[in-house]
Amino acid sequence: MSLRKFITNKTTAALAVLLTVFANTSAFAQEAAAGAAAAPKVDMGEVYKSVIFYVLVFLAVCLFIAIVGKAIRVYELSREAQGKPVGINWNRVHASLFALFLVIGLYGVYWEYTVHGAMLLPDAASIHGERIDKMFNLTLIITTIVFVVTHILLFGFSYIYKYSAKRKAYYYPHNNTIEKIWTIIPALVLTVLVLMGFLTWRSIFYKVEDPKNKAIQIEVTSEQFKWSIRYPGADGIVGKRNYKLTTASNALGIDFKDLNSRDDEMADEMVIPVNRPVRLLLNSKDVIHSFYMPHFRVQLNTVPGMQTVFEFTPTITTKEMQEKTNDPNFKYLFFCAKICGGGHYNMQKDVRVVSEKEYEEWLAEQKTYLNDDLRKEFNLPVAPAPVKSVADSAATDSVAAKTNQMALNK
Amino acid sequence: MSTIALHDEHNHDHADHGHHKETLISKYIFSMDHKMIAKQFLVTGIIMAVIAMILSILFRIQLAWPDKDFPFLETFLGKWAEGGRIKPDFYLALVTIHGTIMVFFVLTAGLSGTFSNLLIPLQIGARDMASPFLNMLSYWFFFLACVVMMSSFFIQTGPASGGWTVYPPLSALPKAMPGSGLGMTLWLVSMVLFVASSLMGGINYVSTILNMRTKGMDLWKMPLTIWAFFLTAILGILSFPVLVAGVVLLIFDRSVGTSFYLSDIVLGGNILPNEGGSPILWQHLFWFLGHPEVYIVIMPALGISSEVISVNSRKPIFGYHAMVYSLIGITVLSFIVWGHHMFVTGMNPLLGGVFMITTLIIAVPSAVKTFNYLATLWRGNIRFTPAMLFAIGLVSFFISGGLTGIFLGNASLDINLHDTYFVVAHFHLVMGSAAIFGMLAGVYHWYPKMFGRMMNAKLGYLHFWLTFIAAYLVFFPLHFLGLDGVPRRYYAFTEFEFMKKWLTVNVFVTWAAIMAALAQVAFLFNFFYSIYKGKKAPQNPWESNTLEWTAPVEHIHGNWPGEIPTVHRWPYDYSKPGHDVDFIPQTVPFSQTMSSNLPHDFEGNAEAEKIQQEWELANPVQENKG
Repeated sequence: MSLRKFITNKTTAALAVLLTVFANTSAFAQEAAAGAAAAPKVDMGEVYKSVIFYVLVFLAVCLFIAIVGKAIRVYELSREAQGKPVGINWNRVHASLFALFLVIGLYGVYWEYTVHGAMLLPDAASIHGERIDKMFNLTLIITTIVFVVTHILLFGFSYIYKYSAKRKAYYYPHNNTIEKIWTIIPALVLTVLVLMGFLTWRSIFYKVEDPKNKAIQIEVTSEQFKWSIRYPGADGIVGKRNYKLTTASNALGIDFKDLNSRDDEMADEMVIPVNRPVRLLLNSKDVIHSFYMPHFRVQLNTVPGMQTVFEFTPTITTKEMQEKTNDPNFKYLFFCAKICGGGHYNMQKDVRVVSEKEYEEWLAEQKTYLNDDLRKEFNLPVAPAPVKSVADSAATDSVAAKTNQMALNK
Repeated sequence: MSTIALHDEHNHDHADHGHHKETLISKYIFSMDHKMIAKQFLVTGIIMAVIAMILSILFRIQLAWPDKDFPFLETFLGKWAEGGRIKPDFYLALVTIHGTIMVFFVLTAGLSGTFSNLLIPLQIGARDMASPFLNMLSYWFFFLACVVMMSSFFIQTGPASGGWTVYPPLSALPKAMPGSGLGMTLWLVSMVLFVASSLMGGINYVSTILNMRTKGMDLWKMPLTIWAFFLTAILGILSFPVLVAGVVLLIFDRSVGTSFYLSDIVLGGNILPNEGGSPILWQHLFWFLGHPEVYIVIMPALGISSEVISVNSRKPIFGYHAMVYSLIGITVLSFIVWGHHMFVTGMNPLLGGVFMITTLIIAVPSAVKTFNYLATLWRGNIRFTPAMLFAIGLVSFFISGGLTGIFLGNASLDINLHDTYFVVAHFHLVMGSAAIFGMLAGVYHWYPKMFGRMMNAKLGYLHFWLTFIAAYLVFFPLHFLGLDGVPRRYYAFTEFEFMKKWLTVNVFVTWAAIMAALAQVAFLFNFFYSIYKGKKAPQNPWESNTLEWTAPVEHIHGNWPGEIPTVHRWPYDYSKPGHDVDFIPQTVPFSQTMSSNLPHDFEGNAEAEKIQQEWELANPVQENKG
């Protein structure tokens, strides 16, 4: 009896609170509505900007939640007081919410795949990139299947096996056969993925040089927060650098005592001919940066004190890509992907993939790094660089190839 | 044993004399009681989590509205947000400190520190930790580490800002960015203190588990929580010292002029004298800790969810041995996968291939764990307590985030995904959200044990659903930014034409993040309110089998009055057929449950089996008819 009395007291108290709150809020609302109707339109822009507005909104939401909570409590207590079964079966509520979450969630995933999935990078514009994309698609299919199935099971079981006082769970501590199966199947699938990934990886980083289609060497040097590009010039070899030679006029520290350096050309953008392998020699002057060229599926860090090398073959010219993506402003880019300081977010250069002919034309227009000031600095005659004999360049070629190999092995 | 017996007497003799009377300082501050230390770790962890969450909201605001002014930011941040806009350097400091706090202070110390301290003695039946003093030191070193880390917000040049992985040379050269000055020094000092703390904790956990289990508690009768804490502690002990080694070398490079990580550097036109070092060395040392660290974060969460899922499904965890072996497998493998963080750093490509193989192998034990969770839910009788909701959420995140790991672990795919938002999405799901959900599941489940009161379940429901939905809304779309080649740690997307289409997504994600952050208010209110005003907790609120629920609700020094209970069975006898209730605590001997014993229970003990057979002959089963 006393318990009952207590509950009824509490119930009435809670109801009274509830009523007052409702009455007050509705009164305020009416007042506000009346005020709004009477006064001319007030500019709310300043209000939406102030922090206090959002704090008040949040407090109002909290109050609302508290009221709902109290109302539920009152309802439950009144059920209890009347001797009826518990008001809200929360187990059923959560089970249904999980089922709902599963359905809406799966739709959301579908929406993401189709809407955001359509906003991604275009198809790879390089030979190895196509292999990477294939690998990606295969992995995506496998993981999506696993993702959907496991989530259906997870939320499905949560829905089906919700608590019921009448039932007892099934005592099922282990089953070695099942466990073996679901150890071995993932292991097999992963073995396939590992093998494919391993072969792709090898094909990217262990390239056999095709003597008929030699790679173009391009050196890219990063520093806070810009890139410098160096083309090898007529001899096809990027000359030596030594960071100790860095001066204001020789920002890259190019060693012009090395004959290969003298014809090296500077460029404001990276222009490369389609279907020719490009060998990127990546350096950094100060901190670690990352040379990232997503359209070609190329990324490698640039590390001070250690040259890194990435070789790839572009397959789609900029023009073709503009048509393909239906975007006349499309351009290839490379930018920094490794945190490198305050300007990290804006460290980019344009890339243009062109035909062989356009490439030659463009190349002819580029200036050499070696200028008259530097000639004086290195005690060289102030005159155009002599054209080297073919035999000379062939001899140094093999030396350069060797040093590149070493850099790769480092 | 003798020490334990002595301790007992001590309790009995002096309980009334007031000798033992604890002062405020010895009880709440320099406490050596594992339960109090657990609470200290938890509260500190929660405070740090709130700070890290606020930092994340700040940089999410910057990402969503890169060209809008927020005057209130200047009010709080002063010159770091002049004109109401966060500066690029401070943005990087925000992401750096957010990452550091979440990974180390919340998900390592806050998670392991809290639950290892609370549960190890209580679940294995020990009076306290092997070394209560070391335990106290462990907390205070952690606290100091937090203070030092936070102090970097109050210096002129701001906190460390080279990313939470603090790669040199960026972090080694004070001139490379403002955050690499004093802020970086404080970061390094804080990290040394932190590692000292977690080593003291880890050694304590391992020795307690190995030496102080109660009678009958053999290793294969330990709950999976204890297995997880045990293996986590071993991982920490073996990998954290390597980080200290790396940190000490970095301190030398910064302060003494050595060249461990530096070579061939021209910074702002100045040629630096350092020669012969390699920045890659730091990455090897860092990730040798860094990758096990990921498992240090997730394994306790998996242990907690195993326990919570089993209790609330009213079913034994499926494949207990498989669960333990997969934890052991993860522990061992996690030491040989660190290179997958370095596929594109210019590390020898041969190593890339090797690390790819080991990385994808580690997916197998993780898959086994997931399937075992699903099998545990199957035909269960699931009670959706707040803890259970969070445990189910953990499994969902673990699947979602784990699957994207298969992309990133594949060296070829990593070329294009490395350091993009895909990585951000991946680890925020699998180790961020999953581990946080494991931690929250633990808090809701063991709150009655910690504070002797219950948390409000309905606020817990609200907290779960808001957080669960918001976390997916935040992190799922981020995968697509990464697939479009948007790098992480970018201050603004405004400088690139192709990134501008993601600005609206950024606004959406930021609103979802704000919703997730506000949902935590429900938790914080619930947590602190219930300490004082929560409903008094019953002895065994979740009808659980493990040992901690036999200890009295009111905390006493030494955990159990009188003798420590003896353990007779494994912790997962839920819904055993033939028994009248759906749980049989570990302390109940088989002689009291003759009707439900299975031949398997006796582990080949011939005498026990004989007694059981005789009993079964004498009491034929009648239920089968009905």
